[in-house]
Amino acid sequence: MNTTAVEALRLEGITKRFGALTANDAVSLSLNKGEVVALLGENGAGKTTLMNILFGQYAADSGTVHVFGKPLPSGNSRAALDAGVGMVHQHFTLADNLTVQENITLGAEPLLRIRADRQGARQRILDLSEKYHLQVSPDARVGTLTVGERQRVEILKALYRDVRILILDEPTAVLTPQEADDLFATLRLAIADGLSIIFISHKLHEVMAIADRVVVLRHGKVTGGVATKDTDKAALAAMMMGTQAQPPKVAAAMPGAVLLQLDQVCTPDQGSAPGLKSVSLALKAGQIIGLAGVSGNGQAALADVVGGTAKPTAGTLTLNGDDRLDWTPRIAVQSGIARIPEDRHKTGTIADFDLTENAILERYTAPDFSKSGWLNWRAARDFANAIITKYDVRCPGPDTPIRLLSGGNMQKLILGRTLEAAPQVILANQPVRGLDIGAVHYVHSQLLAARARGAAVLLISEDLDEVMALSDVIHVISDGRLSPGFARGELTPAQLGLWMAGQGFEDEMKHAS
Amino acid sequence: MRLEPITDPSIARRLGFPFAALCTTFLIASLLAMIAGGNPFSVLGLILKGAFGSQFAILETLNRATPLIFTGLAVAVAFRAKFWNIGAEAQLYAGALLTVLLGTGALPWPSAALLPVLAVAAILAGAVLLLGPAILKTRFGVDEVVTTLLFNFIFLLFISMLLEGPLKDPMGMGWPKSERLIAEARLPRIAEGLRLHWGFGLAILSAVMIWIIQTRSTLGYEMRAVGLNRQAAAFAGIPVNRVLLKTALLSGGLAALAGFSEVAGVKASLTLDLSPGYGYTGIIVAMLALLNPLGVVVAALFVAGIFVGADSMSRAADVPTYLADMMLAIALLLMVLAIMLTRFRIVRD
Repeated sequence: MNTTAVEALRLEGITKRFGALTANDAVSLSLNKGEVVALLGENGAGKTTLMNILFGQYAADSGTVHVFGKPLPSGNSRAALDAGVGMVHQHFTLADNLTVQENITLGAEPLLRIRADRQGARQRILDLSEKYHLQVSPDARVGTLTVGERQRVEILKALYRDVRILILDEPTAVLTPQEADDLFATLRLAIADGLSIIFISHKLHEVMAIADRVVVLRHGKVTGGVATKDTDKAALAAMMMGTQAQPPKVAAAMPGAVLLQLDQVCTPDQGSAPGLKSVSLALKAGQIIGLAGVSGNGQAALADVVGGTAKPTAGTLTLNGDDRLDWTPRIAVQSGIARIPEDRHKTGTIADFDLTENAILERYTAPDFSKSGWLNWRAARDFANAIITKYDVRCPGPDTPIRLLSGGNMQKLILGRTLEAAPQVILANQPVRGLDIGAVHYVHSQLLAARARGAAVLLISEDLDEVMALSDVIHVISDGRLSPGFARGELTPAQLGLWMAGQGFEDEMKHAS
Repeated sequence: MRLEPITDPSIARRLGFPFAALCTTFLIASLLAMIAGGNPFSVLGLILKGAFGSQFAILETLNRATPLIFTGLAVAVAFRAKFWNIGAEAQLYAGALLTVLLGTGALPWPSAALLPVLAVAAILAGAVLLLGPAILKTRFGVDEVVTTLLFNFIFLLFISMLLEGPLKDPMGMGWPKSERLIAEARLPRIAEGLRLHWGFGLAILSAVMIWIIQTRSTLGYEMRAVGLNRQAAAFAGIPVNRVLLKTALLSGGLAALAGFSEVAGVKASLTLDLSPGYGYTGIIVAMLALLNPLGVVVAALFVAGIFVGADSMSRAADVPTYLADMMLAIALLLMVLAIMLTRFRIVRD
């Protein structure tokens, strides 16, 4: 940062209310040219609302936005785009059925023109992707790309429009550590060229790594601003939470009997995602097994087999020593498998159902909640209320549509409804993705508590820190194959990274032959 | 100008906009009446009077609403599960066909035994008719909008073939109509001397039953879950395809009851003009009712009232009855707009 910095962006006194909720309360923020400011805050602190106002998707109730000294009309995305503001959303906004090039030029070029300059556009995309190390083919259909590649398309889309201010909303939530490092390398190149970045994240080490300055939001208000060189992770966590946050302590495990056993399980490939290739895995009572791996290497297939949404084409699944041939989601739940799905918005809950209806989603046929086809709403409501109290779900009440809840509270409801059935096996697929630190610690402590009472936990995560912190045994999954298990502390992150890239498997196969 | 989503719309908003839509409908209708050469106030008054102004008018409206309640329920039930049944018209004729096949003397039973059998047979016919498109959808992913819509035409031609051939009434002076039902197969009047048959009672009963099923039963819960988020429903263990098949059976059965009720309650025989598009109007009724089964009753009365009122208005004021069709179209469009405005607010830049 130089001292004669040009102010790229100034937000002043932004206030936005949704009914009784004040999402942003007189928030002010400035950003210099070539600077990275991290916006830090718990879920529901108002980060995304603030960025949506800046990007013109919401109109602020009061307050002003200046971009390079010029006022920006409120609530006008087109004006924001024209002023050089770009945004990469947490949930990508790409058209799956179009190619990379079409996605990038969509909206940037006039829609109706006799002869579009496709060749020129293509060349520009290739130049940009080379310059910023954003490897992606312009002709690939977006639907076939991995999450990491899709994000590269989103960033290319912004760079193609010559954005001068880029907003990144939780950009690493869906990336592997290597992909996140690549992203940071790209961002550093762009910053060197004068791009200013607002970086929204929960991950403190990333904030420390990439940001010049951190602005902390809590309950819609700015509660602190500090340069990263003057602070550390613990201090940031404290600013964000209001209190010093403590990760749960992990004691050594005493594994018991094998509860769920997969033997030589195979599943077909799903498009670009590989199926399972002869996977064997034993989940033992009182043990957390962590599954590390780069996104899209068969984690989803494994979760589907364990959770009952897919059947293996070969191999067996054994629960408590019994072969389970007829394995559906309902049978899995009835057999004591708790499932925390990867996507709590799309598969875990039904957005327009209220908390009560969502609480009984997996078990509405159980005698507790229905008799001969008629639901007992009183029991269902009591169940929802019990979860709300016991798992500290913050909500107006059991009749609230679940879409009004923050991600963390949604996840607490999912945890509550599965853990209340005292499951013997817990399948936790990306259980803390996109959650704030408070919620992360809560979810982790619940998983550890379940382990302590003798449940077997399968933790699937792309967050290596999470896997290494919680797991008693770590397996790596790569291209549908499962590595041998490593006990806690046996492997360093670097060694795990090699396995995740598929390298350990070759040695393993040589030993075998 | 932009639209901004409202996360939790207030009751005033949810009721106010649909009400405003209805008021605007009447306003535009009076303008149209004026263009057609009538006095706008007297035209609207005549419609109201024709629909609800006398005991005869009210009974006529209730009679006209009866098939619309059935088809409206059929559509509302299916749409709730996002199963797009556009084939209520064919299912209605399937119900009418079974009523005529079994009710013209094939089963020489007393009313108390015959009428339930006819109703159940009609329900089964409609259910089976919709089962085909439902299986095509769940097994092979064939779009049910296309299959159910096109099947309407096939089935109507099939009925036409029957009425020109095996079902043709030998005493019908050459008209393509079936034989008349035996007296035991006729739905009795609700009260002696009143022109209202028990089909209306059955329609109200069906609406209440569907409402109870949707709010209290596991099947209703499943249908709503499948309609709102198929992926989450499947993950939770709800048998999505089986729920869709059950939805289709229920929807087809309800639409067929419209045919049963029209034949057994009003026409006594099957002709090709049994339904002036009740199956399609049922879609409008269901949409106006926001897919709520009890709302279907209100919406059906509204739609039937406009039709009946416009008939009598056109006789008195010499304004074409097409005004009724236009009013319905306007009401539907404005209602769609009103529903959008309850969920989004317009923000001026």
